[in-house]
Amino acid sequence: MATKKKTDWSKDVFKVLKKADVQQIAYVPDAGHTSLIKMAIADNAIKPVSLTSEQEGVAVLAGAWLGGEAGALLMQSSGVGNVINMLGMANECRFPLLMLVTMRGEWGEFNPWQVPMGQATESVLEASGVIVHRVDEPSEIAETVEAAAKLAFEGGRMVAVLIGQRVVGFKDWTK
Amino acid sequence: MAARRKITLDRRKVVGQLLKDRGDLLLVTGLGAPTWDAAAVGDHPNNFYLWGGMGGAVLTGLGLALAQPKRRVLVMTGDGEMLMGVGGLATVAVQKPSNLAICIIDNQRYGETGMQETHTAHGVDLPAMAAGAGFQTALTVYTAKELSAAIPVLHSQPGPVFIDIKVTDSPQSMTLPPRDGPTLKHRFRENLLGQI
Repeated sequence: MATKKKTDWSKDVFKVLKKADVQQIAYVPDAGHTSLIKMAIADNAIKPVSLTSEQEGVAVLAGAWLGGEAGALLMQSSGVGNVINMLGMANECRFPLLMLVTMRGEWGEFNPWQVPMGQATESVLEASGVIVHRVDEPSEIAETVEAAAKLAFEGGRMVAVLIGQRVVGFKDWTK
Repeated sequence: MAARRKITLDRRKVVGQLLKDRGDLLLVTGLGAPTWDAAAVGDHPNNFYLWGGMGGAVLTGLGLALAQPKRRVLVMTGDGEMLMGVGGLATVAVQKPSNLAICIIDNQRYGETGMQETHTAHGVDLPAMAAGAGFQTALTVYTAKELSAAIPVLHSQPGPVFIDIKVTDSPQSMTLPPRDGPTLKHRFRENLLGQI
């Protein structure tokens, strides 16, 4: 059931990204983004950009915008720690930046090393000037991403959608 | 580790030569001296200067090259800036943008912070790292003759290409381009896309 839920919201989010004319999807994988990444790779109109570190994505999407394309950056909450200085570029230039962050280190986390960054994610983003929309209800993810995309691309802002670990599900240590 | 050779090229002259016949080239410069160099040889609306975002120049060029596949994109940055974002070479190599060229103005120093040595001063070989990532063309330039041969590669050889130009660490005058982020973004987009 958890798997079905995951796929469902990912499909709706992908539709929203397509509607927002997102043409570059940069990512460092997270289990919660598996379906979205697969859809991005399968779509001929989207350039999937696999990154070695999340900060690269902020710069890639700045370049994309300079060239007339909108993009989205997918990452896990631990990746938020890697993007902080590069956010200064998006902030100073007012590059639109849409980030979809799947949370770790909170609801039912089994790995203590995930907890510090997961707990700091929201305040660190806000301290860096990013507008944060948090969502914990699967049925609200797509509409939240839609609102965030509008605020990013039309409002010219950095916006992060934090998708709660409760939605993404426990990582089952036994498998 | 690369074989050491004598470094004689002057960075400002190198950049002047690189950009002399730029045509409709789109240029992204890394923070510090490469930004001053590009401004000194002639400000241009097709220049996007980074004043921060260290480690982001090559990736900014990548996003731009993917969005504008018919335009040549040149990233000109320093060795310290490249080293901070060196994983980006792997990201670029996987994307294989045929319109992207990367040029390192390599003085082997952190020029803005007191001329401390970077890793390239100790033999770290950026073109070897680019080649290892998968760049088909990854060269080091030491002489005027090698530079003349490298310029057409940067401007027109199918990319991604990576050229490291060793330059002296002699001081240069600082020429500052516009520094306001939205101004730089808007003029670049207006010139390229006809809209901000």
